[in-house]
Amino acid sequence: MTDIIQKVKNLSIGFRSKKGEEILILKNISTNIKKGETVGIVGESGSGKSTLALAMMGYVKHGLYTIGGECQFNSSNLLKMKSKDLEKIRGRKIAMIPQNAGQALTPNLKIGYQIDEALQLHSDLNEKEREKKISELLNKVRLPSPETIALRYPHELSGGQQQRVAVAMALAGTPDLLLLDEPTTGLDVTTQAHVLELLNFIAKDTGTSMVYVSHDLGAIAQVSDRIIVMYSGEIVLEGPSRDILKRPIHPYTHGLLKSIPKLSLAGLPESMPGSQPQPGTIQSGCSFFDRCNFSDENCKNNSPQLEFLKDINTSVRCFNYEKLVKENQVSQTVNKIKNKSQDKEILNLSEVSISYAKQKLLDQIFNRISDDNPTVKDININIKKGETIALVGESGSGKSTILKSIAGLLRTKDGLIRFDENRNLSSDLKERDPNDLRIIQLIFQNPDESLNPNHTVEEIIAQPLKLYFGLKGEELKKNIIDLLQKVRLGEFYTSRYPRQLSGGEKQRVAVARAFAAKPDIILCDEVTSALDVSVQAAVLNLLQQLKEDFGTTYIFVSHDLAVVRAISDRVAVLYQGRLCEVGPSNDVYKFPSHPYTEVLLGAVLEPDPDIKPKLVAEDIVEERPPEKGCSFQGRCSRMVGDICKKEIPPWQLTDSGNAIRCHIPIKELQKEQF
Amino acid sequence: MKLDNLYKEEKKSAFAKLSEIIITMASRPSGLIGLSILLFHIILAFISPYVAPHDFKAIDPTLMLQAPSAEYWFGTDDLGRDVFTRTILGGRTALTITFFGSLIALLWGGLLGIFCGLVGGKIDDVVMRIVDAFLSIPWILAMLLIVSLLGTSTEVLIPALGFFYGKGIVRVARAATHDVIAKDFIVSAKARGHSNFSIIWNEIIPNVRDAILVEGAMRWSWMLLGFSSLSFLGFGVSPPTPDWGLMISNARGLMSFAYWAVIAPIVGLSSLIIGINLTADAFAKALGIDRSTKAPV
Repeated sequence: MTDIIQKVKNLSIGFRSKKGEEILILKNISTNIKKGETVGIVGESGSGKSTLALAMMGYVKHGLYTIGGECQFNSSNLLKMKSKDLEKIRGRKIAMIPQNAGQALTPNLKIGYQIDEALQLHSDLNEKEREKKISELLNKVRLPSPETIALRYPHELSGGQQQRVAVAMALAGTPDLLLLDEPTTGLDVTTQAHVLELLNFIAKDTGTSMVYVSHDLGAIAQVSDRIIVMYSGEIVLEGPSRDILKRPIHPYTHGLLKSIPKLSLAGLPESMPGSQPQPGTIQSGCSFFDRCNFSDENCKNNSPQLEFLKDINTSVRCFNYEKLVKENQVSQTVNKIKNKSQDKEILNLSEVSISYAKQKLLDQIFNRISDDNPTVKDININIKKGETIALVGESGSGKSTILKSIAGLLRTKDGLIRFDENRNLSSDLKERDPNDLRIIQLIFQNPDESLNPNHTVEEIIAQPLKLYFGLKGEELKKNIIDLLQKVRLGEFYTSRYPRQLSGGEKQRVAVARAFAAKPDIILCDEVTSALDVSVQAAVLNLLQQLKEDFGTTYIFVSHDLAVVRAISDRVAVLYQGRLCEVGPSNDVYKFPSHPYTEVLLGAVLEPDPDIKPKLVAEDIVEERPPEKGCSFQGRCSRMVGDICKKEIPPWQLTDSGNAIRCHIPIKELQKEQF
Repeated sequence: MKLDNLYKEEKKSAFAKLSEIIITMASRPSGLIGLSILLFHIILAFISPYVAPHDFKAIDPTLMLQAPSAEYWFGTDDLGRDVFTRTILGGRTALTITFFGSLIALLWGGLLGIFCGLVGGKIDDVVMRIVDAFLSIPWILAMLLIVSLLGTSTEVLIPALGFFYGKGIVRVARAATHDVIAKDFIVSAKARGHSNFSIIWNEIIPNVRDAILVEGAMRWSWMLLGFSSLSFLGFGVSPPTPDWGLMISNARGLMSFAYWAVIAPIVGLSSLIIGINLTADAFAKALGIDRSTKAPV
């Protein structure tokens, strides 16, 4: 057939371990990419999805080698090609868009120059034509005023704009195939939606085939015609996008879709047990066997083959898929969370503002901070005992900054943080007494960074126990094992190092360390965003369980509105360090809402091809909060006039107790924009 | 659980860890050569007093500048002393002084560097500028000044060398600390309220130890060269104690007709330095620090 552009045939890629065993990263992969089609490759970290995408370019990472099979592009095997011939194909016929455009662009060359470089390499245009082509390309990726953008340096652009430039560069060679490796992962939700929409437009406009690699089913759902689901180096499911998302017939995909929190459903999704096996550990049987709800003896001993089902045009690697064929829709059950919060106030932030401004000499002498326009300003939040409050916003909204100053890691400029109604927490870490430090514990985003790589799990959990309670010997050991059991880890984990644990296990250790201090408040900083989707739900469920057992209060920071929806009782939406909306999570997710909340909610990507993100405001990023007026004035599409630019909007209360800070009357906000 | 077997990496004793590192080092040809040379020199330093065939200070005018023979393997020097005896004894002082010197350099340089990296701010600024100022003084001039004021005894040489070679380690330790300091586990320890001492000891040192040890091993070979230069200039070991630097200095004028008297100590000194360098490189590679990608500061 001529309409197949890239043909992957029985491809196996692997490496040799220290002991000399051959360990496979990709196991016998075969698939075809057709002309003009967008294929999404989805899988957890370590499933081999990036390795597959790179192989489609004829590139095998250092340390890995091709064990068998081929990648055919225009009927020549890329993996056997000489590098000179590959150069002619890469960029010109097959282009790649990397995950982090900020790092992929050379920082000291102007945007226009970098695109010109790509044009010189991959086209035969002369100087005049190239000049025209540059603005054409920048126009195509919808960057405002291409002429001025071309003269800028990468650091002068926002993350979304950088990603657009990377797309423009990839398009410079008019490639037949575009490979995208997690192109929107590092971006804010609103920007992400815009970039995806752009990619969709380009796919239609130019007829380029795309291979879209991502861990995010929500993003994949928006762009792809066909989806390949990978697990442990194998294709486990391949078929038309809609069928796979609506009626997944492989247990892994089925479980995955069930474990993703959705905006429409409050409460915690079911979690999938276990984690993906390490490469080289599965010798016989199905690689998904020990996490599968549908498995039997057959699955344990025999590996299933990829089976093509003609009537639904889908390939599946499972013995028992028929059980799932009958189930026509993924029915998601959630564990509704019980709101157990008491009326007693545990933490009160009043008029808190925080500044990152550099202190001037005079201010240093008088030990004060003077900044008229601080990063975070006027934060007033009451937090009740036992509730989960979420701080939501895009990067730069000041949500982590607020967490840091609650923990004492950052000095506040003004305002008071009060614990238990009358105890003032000093803004300086060194002035807090040990008990003040104990009651507030932190859990970080990335467990790779928050656990000391040279300590065993035992030593990690022992730190707070020794520090706060002075435990020693047998008692210490007993407490550590107790804590490990509470986070569902066995006793044998004590002697392990973080590098020997999976991402989910590491985060459990971090949770155990936080609970070791018997804190009243736990600050969770994006605790699930570094985890795989299938593990995320399990960690959320664990946190909820622990909260119910200990009556802890959580302050939960996240950019993921669906996760926030799942776990929190109350939500505070922040923009540029100012509060926009505070209220019970049920109400925040309903109208009326602040225009910014509306933008955020509209941009959420759901793993459902029928729910498209709504693009409201421009995805511009502001460097600093505005000097006066409403913080959202720069991006708001519902401005009522000059008042928004001059006066700080008042708080308005809705009937359900939801507070919105906007000049637009509640009744007006009630009207949906779209 | 099936996966358990894969993860069976129990906490090892320090000895087991060390022997594993040494085995990894010896698995590379360069590491094996380096280790054998170093080991050879260390053993020689221990046994040389007992195996030396002649008295190292026996002067005999009748035996001046004899060529190598069956009796005097490496010939004799201008005072008729046996060069072989003096060569195998000549590394002892240098090896001992520089070994303890580099230990001192490691200790003060490493700790100060880590401390500056952790606290940052004003203290860091002031301390680092002082270190920079000392770095700008040619060490040999400063050493000559110290030695001429305080004499050339071991108690003076070890701390003086330790001080001058520790300055570079301060920068390396500080840079290594900066890599670690931004990680969340440090932030977490700070938020829990651990003292600076506890953070340095528990959280930072295990993570920067390797880098500093490798740096220390490299400084050892530089210090050896430095110490021999001092001896060469007459400020190190005083005669008649045999020392390579001193021997080279004495015999260099007679090089044109009594080459043996100068070649033997040169081979001794350079082989030891090459041995330490190769060992340090292999040590770095065994620990997973690639010196080729990271230039020393």
